Amino acid sequence: MAEERRQKLCSVILPTESMKAIAESVGVGSLQEESCLALSEEVSYRIKEIAQDALKFMHHGKRRKLTTGDIDHALKLKNVEPLYGFQSQEFIPFRFASGGGRELHFYEEKEVDLSDIINTPLPRVPLDVSLKAHWLSIDGVQPAIPENPPPVPKEQQKTDSTEPLKAVKPGQEEEGSIQTKGQGASSAEVKGKEKMRMKPRSTHELSVEQQLYYKEITEACVGSCEAKRAEALQSIATDPGLYQMLPRFSTFISEGVRVNVVQNNLALLIYLMRMVKALMDNPTLYLEKYLHELIPAVVTCIVSKQLCLRPDVDNHWALRDFAARLMAQSCKTFSTTTNNIQSRITKTFTKALLDDKTQWTTRYGCIAGLAELGHDVIKTLIIPRLSVEGARIKAVMDGPVVSNIDKIGADHVQSLLLKHCACVVAKTRPLPDMVDQYKADYGYLGTMLCSHVVKARAQAAFQAQTVNRTTLTITQPRPTLSMSQSGLSASSGSRTPNIIKVPSSLTLMSTRPGTPTQPSPPATKYIVMATSAGAASTQQVRVLNEFVSLYLSRLPRHLYHFRACLTSDRR
Amino acid sequence: MAAVQDGPMELDAEKETKPEILSDGTSNLSGNTASGTLSSSPLTAAPAGGAPKMEDQQTLIAVLQFLKRNKLSESVEILRREAGLGEHQEDSQATDGSGGGKGDGDGGDANSLLSRVFITSAAAPQSMLVKKDQPDVSVVLSAYSQQGDPPLYQVYYSGLKNFIESVLDCHRAELSQLFYPLFVHMYLELVYNNHETKAKAFFDKFSGDQECYYQDDLRILCGLTKKEHLKGNEVLLDFRTSRFVLRISRDSYQLLKRHLQERHNNQIWNIIQEHLYIDIFDGMPRSKSQIDSMSGSLAGEARREVNKAKVFYGLLKEPEIEVPLDDEDDEAENEEGKPKKKKTKKDSLGSKSKKQDPNAPQQNRIPLPELKDSDKLDKIMYMKESTKRIRLGPENLPSICFYTFLNAFQGLTAVDFTDDSSLLAGGFADSTVRVWSVTPKKLRKVKSTAELNVIDKESDDVLERIMDEKTASESKILHGHSGPVYGVSFSPDRNYLLSSSEDGTVRLWSLQTFTCLVGYKGHNYPVWDTQFSPFGYYFVSGGHDRVARLWATDHYQPLRIFAGHLADVTCTQFHPNSNYVATGSTDRTVRLWDVLNGNCVRILTGHKGPIHSLAFSPNGKFLASGSTDGRVLLWDIGHGLMIGELKGHTDTIYALKFSRDGEILASGSMDNTVRLWDSMKAFDEVETDDFTATTGHIHLPDNSQELLLGMYHSKSTPVTHLHFTRRNLLLAAGAYNSQ
Repeated sequence: MAEERRQKLCSVILPTESMKAIAESVGVGSLQEESCLALSEEVSYRIKEIAQDALKFMHHGKRRKLTTGDIDHALKLKNVEPLYGFQSQEFIPFRFASGGGRELHFYEEKEVDLSDIINTPLPRVPLDVSLKAHWLSIDGVQPAIPENPPPVPKEQQKTDSTEPLKAVKPGQEEEGSIQTKGQGASSAEVKGKEKMRMKPRSTHELSVEQQLYYKEITEACVGSCEAKRAEALQSIATDPGLYQMLPRFSTFISEGVRVNVVQNNLALLIYLMRMVKALMDNPTLYLEKYLHELIPAVVTCIVSKQLCLRPDVDNHWALRDFAARLMAQSCKTFSTTTNNIQSRITKTFTKALLDDKTQWTTRYGCIAGLAELGHDVIKTLIIPRLSVEGARIKAVMDGPVVSNIDKIGADHVQSLLLKHCACVVAKTRPLPDMVDQYKADYGYLGTMLCSHVVKARAQAAFQAQTVNRTTLTITQPRPTLSMSQSGLSASSGSRTPNIIKVPSSLTLMSTRPGTPTQPSPPATKYIVMATSAGAASTQQVRVLNEFVSLYLSRLPRHLYHFRACLTSDRR
Repeated sequence: MAAVQDGPMELDAEKETKPEILSDGTSNLSGNTASGTLSSSPLTAAPAGGAPKMEDQQTLIAVLQFLKRNKLSESVEILRREAGLGEHQEDSQATDGSGGGKGDGDGGDANSLLSRVFITSAAAPQSMLVKKDQPDVSVVLSAYSQQGDPPLYQVYYSGLKNFIESVLDCHRAELSQLFYPLFVHMYLELVYNNHETKAKAFFDKFSGDQECYYQDDLRILCGLTKKEHLKGNEVLLDFRTSRFVLRISRDSYQLLKRHLQERHNNQIWNIIQEHLYIDIFDGMPRSKSQIDSMSGSLAGEARREVNKAKVFYGLLKEPEIEVPLDDEDDEAENEEGKPKKKKTKKDSLGSKSKKQDPNAPQQNRIPLPELKDSDKLDKIMYMKESTKRIRLGPENLPSICFYTFLNAFQGLTAVDFTDDSSLLAGGFADSTVRVWSVTPKKLRKVKSTAELNVIDKESDDVLERIMDEKTASESKILHGHSGPVYGVSFSPDRNYLLSSSEDGTVRLWSLQTFTCLVGYKGHNYPVWDTQFSPFGYYFVSGGHDRVARLWATDHYQPLRIFAGHLADVTCTQFHPNSNYVATGSTDRTVRLWDVLNGNCVRILTGHKGPIHSLAFSPNGKFLASGSTDGRVLLWDIGHGLMIGELKGHTDTIYALKFSRDGEILASGSMDNTVRLWDSMKAFDEVETDDFTATTGHIHLPDNSQELLLGMYHSKSTPVTHLHFTRRNLLLAAGAYNSQ
């Protein structure tokens, strides 16, 4: 058994200094050491006694946390006046201090200005207790509804995929909390038995409902109705019960990409990538197991030579950007020392980038893919290549007009390089920004890079001033989240009949019960539209830009690109 | 006991209750004899003839002295008259503590005295408790004054340890049981004799050897370092007053005895003689696992003879219900075209009422309330519903509907459903009780008296007319308690609701007017649980004062006091035939009490933590109990045997319920899961041959995983209550915990 636990049993008593300090605080001057010792022993004993009684109240209050109320009740049991004025907060901010070889925990008492308390408006009345019913199980099977936890928790999916040897059936690992001495031998036997019994657990049959759901969702995702698609993606991104369908979705996406790349069907590729994004967004899914199918599909969408029928007109660049972002995200979440996703992906991109024969489209994809991986990657892999790429672009721009397509490609690569490199250069390169020096360092792109860097620096400075102010006004950018929540329950409710519906799972989750969930302001999207269309006046654009940069840095980044690509599609 | 701190106050309460209890004092007798012997010093337990009488007299005198000191002269008079004690005698007794010749002189009629004395003491249970305080504590503690050489304690203990470790395996397991009680007594002896540092060293050296399920007690023990601490500590006082019971085979015992005599290890031998009760049995020594499954309680295992009393665990005959009512209802059914149903129903009705279970108590063993017309209607409803009941089994698991309490910031502490699952009550830490209607039918109050006067009492729908439509709502709040509400229970007829609270009262609420009708006072300390009898009228409550009380709704004083638990009574449950009450306690035992005479008829040990839930199987044969250690234990009531252990939960089990047919046991826990167990299989697999039945030594199959039929996680919602509807749908309830 754990030795530390034994250690804890040794009786700890309060230091005699505390006794002295307390005695002084009540006006007893010199207390003898002996009486201090006797006092501290007595007090320690009484405190322990009270704590033990308070635990009873905690158990009967069906809580795991001891509250000050429990201690009050325990004092009452001993016929002692409770300590008034203490409230149970969720978090009691004990502060820690050490010095002179002593450690001290103390509770910082702030002086409270009464007028502040009087003048502050009353807090919102907390919501009243209410009762909600849901099915925990139907004929022995737990339905996958938002009210129930996901069938296979994410942590377990993770351990399943990363440490397959440790995978144990839920419930088997909990071998009761008591282990008496001498059971050691038998428990080893039990474990042996368990291993014998272990079978591959995941059944790959889907229930009829799941099959229907799968059909509906996939159809909606690649169908023509945008509203349905949004709903379907919403469901993929939030539904807790999709674990069993994950293999199907993954195959669907990988096969879909394979077919549509050949057919150059840009719209479908976009839809499929959005599905990937939604799957990755789902907090209950762990995709590790399916990366072997998903990564090739995503990489295809980044670097494929051709993704659309009319490369000169269609905005396949947005798809590449989006896929590159997905790639970067999965690198961030799933890359480990064993699978080395990030380094493998980086290698792939770099190899293509170094190849002279690489097409502009692929080149663009590689750069985008690398750039999304972060500033370090840009610094080490892209910036040194700037002069080479610059020369190549110059050759296309200034040289004889070979084809319009190449020119567009070179143009896009140029702007991509400038966009990503500018901020990195702005951060790493010391002032001043001299055009000539830039030219010497970066070749053809130097001039433009210089102006971009100047702009980036200015913007950074400007943002530093204003961001604080703007964030104050936009303290609730969350609503986008709440919309997704309510959308979820609506969609799941319609899907799973026979279920007592809880209108909004949000009431369950919200930390501030008083706040009604506001519908998301769809305005954000229009703001993005306005800026991208460039219709607003410069004054507005500047303000909007702030919003956009703020919003883009948060959530609906992809919306921007898809709006853009959709509008270009329509054109 | 708990009453130690404020004697005078308790005493007043006692005076009030006295006349009431006297009327049925005989029935209380044995319940209190238990506490009587318990309170008297361990010396009493010696089987010699003269000693106990003398001791009782001493006890009596102690009571008299106490009463005198508190100037309760009337009580003194009464007691003296009844006990036949002269004033001089008492005085002389008081002066020379040994008792001397005068006590023996009265010894002739001491026997007849004894019975009377006990009735008196039964009539004044509180005074018994109080008496425990001053005179008795010193008697109890004085056992320690004969001290050995303190530094030798460690030598003694480790000597015994070495010996036990060197004996044959089969004996070692049995003798290892000695470690814990010896350790505690030796430590306390050291503390009592003011060898503080030595006690500490002793504790540090050997506390690590103790079984891990004693950790909680050891934690209390390690705080005790002064003689003064011993006086106030109830847990330790119990350890002193009750002898720790060990079950050891004759061979092992003799081995031990020989060893101790050879070594002249009198210190340990004295402790064994004075503070332990060794229950010797003939036959094979028990194995480690057998011992482990039974040990763990505060005072060791139950003595075998304690569980020998006959328990009538069968069910009562179903009352016969008039045919016309039945037919009427059947006609309604027939319209739906179910002629067959009638037959099956008749059969089930008939078979139940005609066959008399040999294990059932007599129908009138406990006077039960007569059925009212509304009860009969309800019975008919019940019959009808039960025909539609789903047969559950391993292949056919119940559906579970979970009622989540949202925004219960004030802390949900107790939940109950009515038997027909139409109402739900929740007790909260903010002292309120809330009642919800979970059917579309709203809750309505009865109209005020003024309005009731104008109602035509002859009309057919008078019952409908008396209700006030304006008050219809889905839930009602009941205010009245002044502390957290720890227990709620609906009466079977859905007219009343009971709630028990930290403020020491049990309240009876009317669900017609939604007002408080009675506040039952008596516990004075927090009341942890209360439960209505399955036939209504009676109810039981248990609390921090270590007793469970049986009440009738129309008496404001308890009818029975079940005393014997060594720590808080945490949960209570009525047997389906209403003749017995089961209580679970922090002393880690479950006790079964006979309602008729207040006797403790079963002591079930084996839990390693405080017990927080109890459930009887519908046939009355089995009991399930769940504790903080996350295990459910199954008991055969007839034999008083543990017959199963269900492991799996990782936290306290707060809810247990058998399905209506007893096939499935559902358990709900703090670990946010509901688990379903195959109780039929658990009961069937037990080998109860004669040998195990007589010795009580069971081999528990370790098959929890096979018995576990289903486990359902909730989202951060601990399960507080479980209930099977009449059609075997499982309802669960708990408060969402947003962390």
